[in-house]
Amino acid sequence: MKNILFKAGTMLLALMTAPVFADTKDKIEQYQLNMTKGVTDISADVYDMHMLMFVICVVIGAGVFIAMFISMYFHRKSRGAKPANFHENVKVEIAWTVIPFIILIAMAVPAMNLLIDMEDASEPDVTVLVTGSQWKWHYKYMDNDVEYYSKLATQADQISGKLDKGVNYLLEVDRPLVVPTGQKVRFLITSDDVIHSWWVPAFAIKQDANPGFINDAWAIANEPGVYRGQCAELCGKSHGFMPIVVVAKEPAEYDMWVSEQEAIQLEAKEKEQRLLSMNMTMDESMLMGEKVYSANCAACHMPNGEGLPGVFPALKGSQIAVADEPKHIDILINGVPGSAMQSYAKQLTMSEIAAVVTYERNAWGNDTGDLVQAKDINSAMNGQ
Amino acid sequence: MTTTTDDTQHDSHADDHHEHHIPYGIKRWLYTTNHKDIGTLYLWFAFIMFLTGGAMAMVIRAELFQPGLQIVEPHFFNQMTTVHGLIMVFGAVMPAFTGLANWLIPMMIGAPDMALPRMNNWSFWILPFAFLILLSSLFLEGGGPAFGWTFYAPLSTTYSADSTALFVFAVHIMGASSIMGAINVVVTIFNMRAPGMTWMKMPLFVWTWLITAFLLIAVMPVLAGAVTMVLTDKFFGTSFFDAAGGGDPVMFQHIFWFFGHPEVYIMILPAFGIISQIIPTFARKQLFGYASMVYATASIALLSFIVWAHHMFTTGMPVAAELFFMFATMLISVPTGVKIFNWVATMWRGSMTFEVPMLFALAFIVLFTIGGLSGLMLAITPVDFQYHDTYFVVAHFHYVLVTGAIFSIMAAVYYWLPKWTGKMFHIGLAKWHFWCSLVSVNVLFFPMHFVGLAGMPRRIPDYALQFADINKWISIGGFAFGLSQLIFLVLLIKACKKQGEPVSNQVWEGAEGLEWEIPSPAPYHSFETPPFVK
Repeated sequence: MKNILFKAGTMLLALMTAPVFADTKDKIEQYQLNMTKGVTDISADVYDMHMLMFVICVVIGAGVFIAMFISMYFHRKSRGAKPANFHENVKVEIAWTVIPFIILIAMAVPAMNLLIDMEDASEPDVTVLVTGSQWKWHYKYMDNDVEYYSKLATQADQISGKLDKGVNYLLEVDRPLVVPTGQKVRFLITSDDVIHSWWVPAFAIKQDANPGFINDAWAIANEPGVYRGQCAELCGKSHGFMPIVVVAKEPAEYDMWVSEQEAIQLEAKEKEQRLLSMNMTMDESMLMGEKVYSANCAACHMPNGEGLPGVFPALKGSQIAVADEPKHIDILINGVPGSAMQSYAKQLTMSEIAAVVTYERNAWGNDTGDLVQAKDINSAMNGQ
Repeated sequence: MTTTTDDTQHDSHADDHHEHHIPYGIKRWLYTTNHKDIGTLYLWFAFIMFLTGGAMAMVIRAELFQPGLQIVEPHFFNQMTTVHGLIMVFGAVMPAFTGLANWLIPMMIGAPDMALPRMNNWSFWILPFAFLILLSSLFLEGGGPAFGWTFYAPLSTTYSADSTALFVFAVHIMGASSIMGAINVVVTIFNMRAPGMTWMKMPLFVWTWLITAFLLIAVMPVLAGAVTMVLTDKFFGTSFFDAAGGGDPVMFQHIFWFFGHPEVYIMILPAFGIISQIIPTFARKQLFGYASMVYATASIALLSFIVWAHHMFTTGMPVAAELFFMFATMLISVPTGVKIFNWVATMWRGSMTFEVPMLFALAFIVLFTIGGLSGLMLAITPVDFQYHDTYFVVAHFHYVLVTGAIFSIMAAVYYWLPKWTGKMFHIGLAKWHFWCSLVSVNVLFFPMHFVGLAGMPRRIPDYALQFADINKWISIGGFAFGLSQLIFLVLLIKACKKQGEPVSNQVWEGAEGLEWEIPSPAPYHSFETPPFVK
């Protein structure tokens, strides 16, 4: 019996630690098992605070468990232990109420100071408006004419297992957010639809994106680099597929990047205007439309256009997609209020909207033969 | 505690009832107003729901066994996490505690039955329908609830499937059932204690359940309000949680967690009561600090009403509010610590043996303490920004709910099962059940702390490659824990067939209390003449 109990005790202890470390000991270099230290002063403070709390908790836990295991070993009936008669002791009880309380105050004071620092987003050098929507992020630089969407870049074939998974599987985007190092960047965070949460562990920022309200957070990145995070609040079907990538560049490089982006976006707007007078052929339109569709629409309406019955309507054979063309265009431009269908007027160019409408009206046996041009979208947008 | 009961009179009464009032077969269970029958119904229902919710957890762990999407679609995955949570909270843990309350409270306070037996019957029999409705919604077009058991608006309103109406109706029924169960407990304890059973002589299980019942009565209506607002927002054009109509999605979270945090203690206070019954028995020493246990339970219950927003530190509250909720939350660890210290002090210089209920109780103390300490870490707002909505949180609440609440329920079943059936359960199987559960549950939940710290968000069907190896181990632990519960199933079936050695009235050497003074198995009607407690 003695033997069994001893084994039981050691097993219990071993359990606390063994399963994880036994497996990962030899490969420990490859895996992160602890919180990231990050690249801001705040994230380093948060890491230190985490370690402090962890150590305090381990010490308290160890104390309790040691006392428990001592009495489990020595105060056993099989060792002939006779029960003592005490069942209360006011002094002891006051002590173990007051001492934890003092420990708590010792924990609370540094935590309070750190929190007050974290929440002070005043006097930023750069401000970025971060808007979540199902299932992508939109970044708008408030001081420059730069804004764009940032979407998952991992290929669907990697997710389904048809292709090997890359190093940054599910943590890569088409267009990362770019911030300068050494400058205070303020993030204004909101949402277009459901609640998302913008989380960049290296900055120790996790802030909910609430529709209709704006939250803020800030960071001064100390080192250039690529920092990856994910949406942290359940936001529907593809919650696991809306990563965040932030690239921190030296201020000079950052300035170059911003002016480059401003030029590119200006040019794109001009091109858009020129395209209004041009017509695309059916083949061009279908090709472009398919690309736009798989990047923006297929997540809900499915690559085969059949949607998800009861949640996301089918486009294949739908009355709107085979008959009501003005309604079809209207949905793309304005979205469907009170549903997951968002407005694409801001997200896609007019020629892209035209192409995807054309694609949806001619793919999967919706053979309407309709060919929609950018100027049709333009006139619909301007209410003509 | 000693009692005097008129045994002859008692027996003749039992026979009377047997002849005239107990129908056979299904009618016995449908019409029953007997607290023991209803307790049994609750416990079996909870166990079936535990296996159902567990099967969903198996689906989740199978999908997360390796990166990539292999087995289920993300939309179905979200339904699994949601319904797993709802079933485990409302279908497994809460009904199991109500079942234990039904069986034990009348026997512990020397009452013949619960105070409101017909309501007792009703509060159980609406439950299966609630879960039938909830589970059937999974088969509807668009699937069942997929917005997490916390059903944050607007994901649960504007962006949810039409089956949300069924979810709302099911939650209403569960809430009604819980409120009726709670009222019954309060009325029973207030009015039906045996002469001499003063407040401060009540067993701690009775005390903790009394306080739990008040929490239930206070917060279940808040949950009902929350789901009703979700219903009207989705179907009747109101805008409680829609900023476009003047509402606020964060208000939903305040309302939900005003229910949700006391709910957490609803699922753990009765567990404290159970452990406080079991430890003294097997330490053969009176519970240390009985009065401080009662006061600690009451303070935890009161504090539970002012800490709700610690679930919402990332929603963008003002600093002052964040500080308030951080301090209040940290404060809860004081009375919780008192409880743990009291249990350890009870064992100290006791004369301990390690029967199966004690094994579960000891595992509870160690593992619940781990969950409590990670809870203290989560209370620290600036660090919580990193922990929030990651697997660190998943690890934390499974330590307090699985190795906390569920282990305490298992401890309770092993402790009182011989009293219920009159036969000792199969000790070999029980030990297998304990050791398999203990090892696998830690392989399952302990590594979750690490993936969480390393940055894995919760509620995702697929993950980055750096989390792959640990998730494989978590899944293996999960399957093993799931399979271990089948041992429990076999053991319970054997016990219900009344197999095993007959036991004495006291069953366990150190057991004290009224329930151990009546025969084993406990007669269908006990304490028809109240005992006198000296």
